[in-house]
Amino acid sequence: MKLLSNLVLLDLVLFAPTCLPAADIVIQNARILTVTKGNLTGSILIRDGKIQEVAEKVLAPPGAQIIDAGGQFVMPGIIDCHSHIAAESINESSISVSSMVGIEDVLDPEEISIYRALAGGVTTANVLHGSANAIGGKCSVIKTRWGKDARGILFDGSKPGIKFALGENPKRRGGSTTPGAVLRYPATRMGVEDVIRQAFTDAKFYQAAWKDHAAKKARGEQVSPPRRDLKLEPLVEVLEGKRLVHAHCYRADEILMLLRVADDFGFKIRTLQHVLEGYKVAREIAAHGAGASTFSDWWAYKVEAYDAIPFNAAIMHKKGVLVSLNSDSAELMRHLNTEAAKTLKYGGLTEDEALAMITINPAKQLMVESRVGSIEAGKDADLVLYDKHPLSNYAKVQKVLIEGEVYFDRDKDVSGRAEIEARRKALNEKQRRQRRPAAPSKPAASRRPV
Amino acid sequence: MKKPTLRFITVTLAAAGLLSAEVPGVIAIRNARIHTASGPVITGGTVVIRDGLIAAVGTGAAIPADAWVVEGNALSVYPGLIDALSRWGIPGAPAPAGGTGRFATPPGPSPLADPSPGPAPGPTPSPATTGPPAMGPEDRPSNTSWVNAQDLVRSSDRGITSARSAGFTTAITYPTTGIFAGQGAAINLAGDKPGQMVVAAPTGLYLSLNARSFSSFPGSLMGVIAYIRQVYLDADHYQAAQKEYAASPRGRRRPDYDRALEGVLGAPRILLPATRNVEIERMLRFAADLKRPAILYGGHEAYRSADALKNAGAPILIDLKWPEAPRELDPERRDSLRTLEMREKAPGAPAVLAKAGVRFAFYSGGVERPADLRGAVRKAITAGLTEEQALRALTLTPAEIYGVADRIGSIEIGKIANLVITDGNLFDESSKIKFVLIDGVKYDPVTEPAGPAQGSARTEVVQ
Repeated sequence: MKLLSNLVLLDLVLFAPTCLPAADIVIQNARILTVTKGNLTGSILIRDGKIQEVAEKVLAPPGAQIIDAGGQFVMPGIIDCHSHIAAESINESSISVSSMVGIEDVLDPEEISIYRALAGGVTTANVLHGSANAIGGKCSVIKTRWGKDARGILFDGSKPGIKFALGENPKRRGGSTTPGAVLRYPATRMGVEDVIRQAFTDAKFYQAAWKDHAAKKARGEQVSPPRRDLKLEPLVEVLEGKRLVHAHCYRADEILMLLRVADDFGFKIRTLQHVLEGYKVAREIAAHGAGASTFSDWWAYKVEAYDAIPFNAAIMHKKGVLVSLNSDSAELMRHLNTEAAKTLKYGGLTEDEALAMITINPAKQLMVESRVGSIEAGKDADLVLYDKHPLSNYAKVQKVLIEGEVYFDRDKDVSGRAEIEARRKALNEKQRRQRRPAAPSKPAASRRPV
Repeated sequence: MKKPTLRFITVTLAAAGLLSAEVPGVIAIRNARIHTASGPVITGGTVVIRDGLIAAVGTGAAIPADAWVVEGNALSVYPGLIDALSRWGIPGAPAPAGGTGRFATPPGPSPLADPSPGPAPGPTPSPATTGPPAMGPEDRPSNTSWVNAQDLVRSSDRGITSARSAGFTTAITYPTTGIFAGQGAAINLAGDKPGQMVVAAPTGLYLSLNARSFSSFPGSLMGVIAYIRQVYLDADHYQAAQKEYAASPRGRRRPDYDRALEGVLGAPRILLPATRNVEIERMLRFAADLKRPAILYGGHEAYRSADALKNAGAPILIDLKWPEAPRELDPERRDSLRTLEMREKAPGAPAVLAKAGVRFAFYSGGVERPADLRGAVRKAITAGLTEEQALRALTLTPAEIYGVADRIGSIEIGKIANLVITDGNLFDESSKIKFVLIDGVKYDPVTEPAGPAQGSARTEVVQ
C-alpha cells in the first residue's frame, strides 16, 4: 500500500522542513488517542517541543500557533523497534562477531526512506545492524527529523544497543556449497551459541584486565593501560547493563538457548526480534524480562519462519511479554498502524493494546518511554494526525510533529510535487542535451593500458 | 647575443631529501606578464632563474650577463600547476575516487607488485582480493601504510609527459590501492632518475573507504570505518609501548614491530574521501574523532558543505572529473533531483568554497587526459570562480595545504623554478602552453597523441 507517490517522494529530498517551531503550539479539536490515558476529544498544548497539557479544554497562551485538527485523530508518533533505513551499510558479514562496527558511523540523513517513514507516522526508529552474524554491530535509535544532519537525527539520550542473530542467517556462510565460497564459522546453531559464549568469555577477560588496571592505578602504581579493543568494549557494556541486546531469532529452541547464555553470563536480552515462535515459549521470555518485537502476519519466507501464527503477538502479550510490532522494511514501515490493527482480528486485543504495540511498548523496549510512546504531559511532542482512526485501513497521515516541529504536512507535500517535478524535468532535459554523443573510444594517453 | 653554454651544477637540496639534481644555468624571461599567485600580476616583468631556482622577479630585475634570454612579449608566466592528488609518476596506480563504501573496483597493479624502479609491472592481483580472508582489524587488511610514493615513482611513467604538456609541473602523488594505501610525495614531473623528482615526502596517508568483500574484513562501509578507528587506537598504544620499552628495555617484554602502524604513525596527515555533503560531514567528524589532521578529497557536493568545512578548518580537494549524465542513457532512466542537482551544481562548488574562505585545491581525479584538465577548471570559472582563485587552487593553495609553499606554488625568489609559459591567459581556450620549466629545465609540450603518449621532448637550451 503506497499512500504517497514513490516518484514524487524520491525527489523531495532537497526540501528540508523550514517551519521553525513556535514556542507554544495548541492542537485543537482533536480526537486524542493517548494510548496510556484513554481517549478524549480536546486539545494538546505543546511548549518548547514538549507536551505541556492534554485536556478537553486548554487555554491557548497568547501568540501560540493553533493547529485545528478539525475532529481528526491524533496519536503518539509511531516507534519502529526494527528498521534498517537511513544507513549506508547494514551488515558487516565478513566475521561472526562484528561488534566493533556501528550504524552511527554510516547514518545517511538524506535517505528518502526516512521521509517515507515519517509520512507513515513513524517518528522513532531503532536502526539495527543486519543479521548476518551471531554478534552484529552497534545500533542507533533515530528520530525521523527529515532535513537534519546525521547528528540531528539521533535520538539524543537513548540507550545504545547491539544486534545479535541466531539461526539460519549467522550460520549460512559456514556451510555454503557455492564453489569457491569462503566458509565462515559457525555452520550450525550449536556453533552460533559457541560464538556468543566465546565472545562473552573474551569480554569478561577484557573487562577484568581493565578493572585490574584501574585498581593498580588507584593504588598509585605506574602501569600502562591495556590495548583498547573496539570489538570487546560493546560486549563489556552489555555485561554491565549499559547496552541493550536486540536479538534476531525465530525458533523456540534457539530463543531458550540465548536466554540461557545470557543468564549464564549475567546479562539481559532486551528484545527478541522476529521471534516468530515466541508464542511457544512466551512464559520463559517473560520470566527473563525480554521484550518481543515481531511481525503481524509475515512468515514462511524461509524454513525457520514456517511455524508461525498471526496470533503470536497477542499470545505473547497475554502471557506477560512486552510486545511490539516492527517493520524490518522501509515499505512496511509506512503502515505500521495497519499492522497494529491486525492484532484486533488475530487475538482480539483492544484498540489501546494494539496501538501500544507500535508506540509505548517499543518505547519501553528501547527504554525511552519517559520521552516518547504516549500522549502525556512532559513527553516529547511527537504526534501524528490521521484523517481517520489510525486502526482503519483508510486512515491517511495528515501531519507529523517531532518535538513540536511539523516535519510532514500532507497538503504541502501534495502541493509541492508539481514544482519538484518541473525542476527535475528541466534539469534532466538540460543534462541530456549537454551529453556529448558517444565518441569512438580513444586509448587514454595518460595511462598505461591495464 | 652570446650563445650561453649550459652549465650543469650539482646542488644539494637537503630540505627536499634529494641527493643531487642536475640543473641548468641561467634563464631570464623578460617583458612578460607574470602571474605570481602570491601577489599581484606583474606586467612587463622579468623572471630570472638560476640553478633551478627563481633568482629574481619583478619589473626591475636585472638580467645577468650569462643568462639565456627569452623575450616575453605576449608571453604570460605562471607558477607550475600542481595536481593536488595524483597518480602521475606511479605506473598503474588506479585513479583516486571520492566515493565511499563500495567494494574495491578491480584494482590496477599493486604498488607492492614491483617496488623497485624498472619496467612497468604487469597486472598483479591486489592484496585487497587475494590471500586468506581477514578476520578483524588485527590482520591489518588492505593496509600498506608503509609504502611510500617516492619509492614507486618512475620518471618514465607516460602520464608525466602528458601532464607536463598540460602545464602541470608537480604532482602530489599517492599509492591508491587499499584502505591504508600508502604515503604520498610531492614530485616534480621531470627528472632522469626518480630520486631527482621528489620535492617533499611524505605528504600524507591516502585512505580509501573501499570495503574488501562480503567474506573478508572489512566487508562494509561501517566495517572500514571501525577498522580505521581501531588501527589508530592501536597505533597510539603501539607508540606508547615502543617508547616505554626504549626507555627501559630490561625486564620488559619487547613489543612486536608492526609496519602497518609505523606507516600510520609516520604520516603528517590523512586523506579521506568525501564527495557528497553527507560524506563530507561524516569524514569531518571522523577526522576529529581520530584526532588527526585531515584533507578531504572528492568534494562535488561541497557547495552544500562550506560552513561545515569552514568550521572544521579542513581543506578539501576537488575532483576535476565533474559528474555528468552517462553517455549511453536509457531514455526511461529517472535520476533523482539530488543527482541532477549535483551534476548541475558541482562545478560551482569551488566558487562557493572560495566565497566562504574554505581552502581548496583541484586534483585530476577521474580525468583521464591531463589535456582536459584546463577545460574542467574553466567550468568552475564559468560557474563563478575567479581566475585568480582558480590559479591559486592549482598552485599556491595545494602547496600550502601540504606544507611545501616554502619551495613551490608561486613565483617568488628562492622557490623552485617550476613555471608555465603561455601565449595568453592560461584559462582561455585559445591560449597555448609554449613551454614549462621544471627545476629550471625547459620542456616543450607534446601534442596529446591519439595513441599512447610519446616520450618526453626535453629541449636543451640552445639558441
